[in-house]
Amino acid sequence: MALSAFFSRLKEGLQRSKQKLADGIGAAFIRRRLDDAALAELEDLLISADLGPEAAARIIAGFRRTRFGKEVSAEEVRAALAEEIAVILAPVAKPLTIDRAHAPHVILVVGVNGTGKTTTIGKLAQQYREAGLRPVLVAGDTFRAAAVEQLQIWGQRTGCEVIAGKDGADAAGLAFDALGQARAAKADVLLIDTAGRMHNKNALMQELTKIVRVLQKQDATAPHSVLLVLDATTGQNALAQVRVFREMVVVSGLIVTKLDGSARGGVVVALAETFGLPVHAVGVGEQAADLRPFVPAEFARGLIEG
Amino acid sequence: MFETLSTRLSGVFDRLRQRGSLSEADVTEALREVRIALLEADVALPVVRDLIERVRTRAIGQDVLRSVTPGQQVVKVVHDALVEALGGEGAVGLNLQAPPPLPILLVGLQGSGKTTTAAKLALRLKEKERRKVLLASLDVQRPAAQLQLAQLAERAGVTSLPIVSGQAPLAIAARALETGRREGYDIVILDTAGRLSVDAWLMAEVAEVSAAAKPAETLLVVDAMTGQDAVNTARAFRETVAVSGIVLSRMDGDARGGAALSMRAVTGAPIKLVGTGEKLDALEDFHPERVAGRILGMGDIVGLVERAAETIDRADAERLAARMARGKFDLEDYAAQLRQITRMGSLTGILGMLPGVSKVKAQLAEANVDTAILKRQAAIINSMTKAERRHPDIIKASRKRRIAAGSGATVPEVNRLLKQFDDITTMMKRAQKLGEKGLMRHGLSALMPPGAGRRGF
Ligand SMILES: Nc1nc2c(ncn2[C@@H]2O[C@H](COP(=O)(O)OP(=O)(O)O)[C@@H](O)[C@H]2O)c(=O)[nH]1
Ligand SMILES: Nc1nc2c(ncn2[C@@H]2O[C@H](COP(=O)(O)OP(=O)(O)O)[C@@H](O)[C@H]2O)c(=O)[nH]1
Ligand SMILES: [Mg+2]
Ligand SMILES: [Mg+2]
Repeated sequence: MALSAFFSRLKEGLQRSKQKLADGIGAAFIRRRLDDAALAELEDLLISADLGPEAAARIIAGFRRTRFGKEVSAEEVRAALAEEIAVILAPVAKPLTIDRAHAPHVILVVGVNGTGKTTTIGKLAQQYREAGLRPVLVAGDTFRAAAVEQLQIWGQRTGCEVIAGKDGADAAGLAFDALGQARAAKADVLLIDTAGRMHNKNALMQELTKIVRVLQKQDATAPHSVLLVLDATTGQNALAQVRVFREMVVVSGLIVTKLDGSARGGVVVALAETFGLPVHAVGVGEQAADLRPFVPAEFARGLIEG
Repeated sequence: MFETLSTRLSGVFDRLRQRGSLSEADVTEALREVRIALLEADVALPVVRDLIERVRTRAIGQDVLRSVTPGQQVVKVVHDALVEALGGEGAVGLNLQAPPPLPILLVGLQGSGKTTTAAKLALRLKEKERRKVLLASLDVQRPAAQLQLAQLAERAGVTSLPIVSGQAPLAIAARALETGRREGYDIVILDTAGRLSVDAWLMAEVAEVSAAAKPAETLLVVDAMTGQDAVNTARAFRETVAVSGIVLSRMDGDARGGAALSMRAVTGAPIKLVGTGEKLDALEDFHPERVAGRILGMGDIVGLVERAAETIDRADAERLAARMARGKFDLEDYAAQLRQITRMGSLTGILGMLPGVSKVKAQLAEANVDTAILKRQAAIINSMTKAERRHPDIIKASRKRRIAAGSGATVPEVNRLLKQFDDITTMMKRAQKLGEKGLMRHGLSALMPPGAGRRGF
């Protein structure tokens, strides 16, 4: 099959399925009474967006109290439900602010494997450069094959210096040296990449606390931000990730990646309710420009409309 | 956060302990809990619905075994349905029946573990199957992706296709297969860039690669932590390439792995392998039984139920539990428990079957506990008088010497037993104080006296 033919067929298919979904919800609610069956459908919609059975049930229960039995249109239901969720998310929508007085503002980037830590550092570096700041990147993932080279390419793309050690070097030692260099060079931001680690592996989690300890030998207030990077395709395990990473280091905020896909990242709602951690930004692609502010209304709408 | 399914169900079933078989109403109520448990384990909603219906028809009217609770009985029905939905007992191997160079294509979302799996697979095929393997990366999206595979290949002691910068994926695939033919490779593994199901352009690209390479195996690599989106991913890849197997990565994490069920249901392809770590030897066969227990959040409850059915008398166990609750637990009860435990197999084996005790289990493994020690302890208790068993407080130095001599043990061993019994009763008192809620929150570790597991017996 020719590439172009395939491409257009696929596109049609995707549009169809999107349309079908929208129709399904639409048809279900045009001039419909918000009864038990309708509410159950809404609850399923939330569950399908990864809110988890508990949060979904709670939100629908609130919805039931105020709207049960009303005649509503599809559009009204969507808007109202999105509104309800946006209210939950509003308190956690906080951009990451850089304090130049720290010289440098140290940002430690952590998370489980493959969530998008290194890519997010590239994207942040790009933003800071555009804002006229001078970021320095630290290739603290000394474990994964070619992780250093990956960050070095991001350094080239964004025009930032990358500090790297030898393969298999001690990440804490590297972070310590890098902070010294960045202070001497009067950098504004120090972005420290780390190896991905599963939160249930205690030895690896201890390594993180060690990185924090050595940074504090030079600057007692460092790291000034600890970003936990979450993959939007992750389901309910995100709750465990946040809980355990918080126990080990002072996580200051979240970045949710891969929201350009079909995953909707609904677990963020449960996270907001449970931990109230700021969500600083969302990743929507693999390029340097693909980092966006976290906008509750938009995010909530995306959860419901897919 | 997550209650285990059996805890949830025991609440539902508490009031019907006495009844003989499962009624429709009981089952319906229980299945509400099952539904929540499956959703918390990230099984996709359509798949959950399907399973619940299957379980419903099977569970109604089943007789409840004397030795287990009705809750455990339902769990077993659910578990069996899960095992079936995951492909039934036993592992499914890779299809290696094609003329060399046999192409294997790895596909999946960004960061799912494709490149790592490619290298793991190469190592496995080289070591276990004695095949000559060529690794090739078609990932021109992620920075340094090709270099990553080249470095991993070196670690695995396998050749990787030389990198030609600027070459497109289709051309790399052709070059890899050509090299495979020319240089006599048995297997050529094609690692690809991550792609999202909504990215039509990249999906079209992998369809072209697949059409050209005609892989004998197309493995979809999926993160075990994946949520409800698993169905979208599975559907999109199934519609684009001929997925022949699933690899579930990051099973070394603590995700319940419900995505396995979604993937299997939507693609119809068997789950062939699981990734259990970042190192290259961390690739294992997939065992539906184990994953089913994990999805239910309860270890191997089924094994427990089955063995319990053979050995433990439920009435006996309940009598014991009642005595514990009243704080009336003496050495005689302890000896009775020891006998039951030894009958059921090794202590660590049993602990492994219970939810939430992996930590205690590890400590015990460290302390090298085995049933031999338990038997020895039983012997020590045997040579005590009835009065001593009922009131261990009266056992002073001279009694200890007599007991030791009678059981062929030493006085320090008798001391250790008494100390341990003391720990256990303390633990029970703490458990009573914490109540069931507290236990759920703090786990078993809340009961352990500091350093308990390490002391050994
Ligand atoms: N589509 C998409 N891909 C992303 C995003 N963020 C990261 N990725 C991709 O996810 C994969 C893993 O990212 P990486 O930064 O290496 O993850 P790390 O292991 O956490 O450092 C790479 O293929 C990235 O290109 C995002 O927001 N959207
Ligand atoms: N803990 C753990 N990490 C894994 C596993 N498989 C892959 N990884 C890690 O996940 C990250 C992404 O893996 P990679 O193979 O680059 O994913 P790809 O983008 O799909 O090629 C890396 O940090 C790997 O070390 C696994 O089974 N367990
Ligand atoms: Mg990285
Ligand atoms: Mg890769």
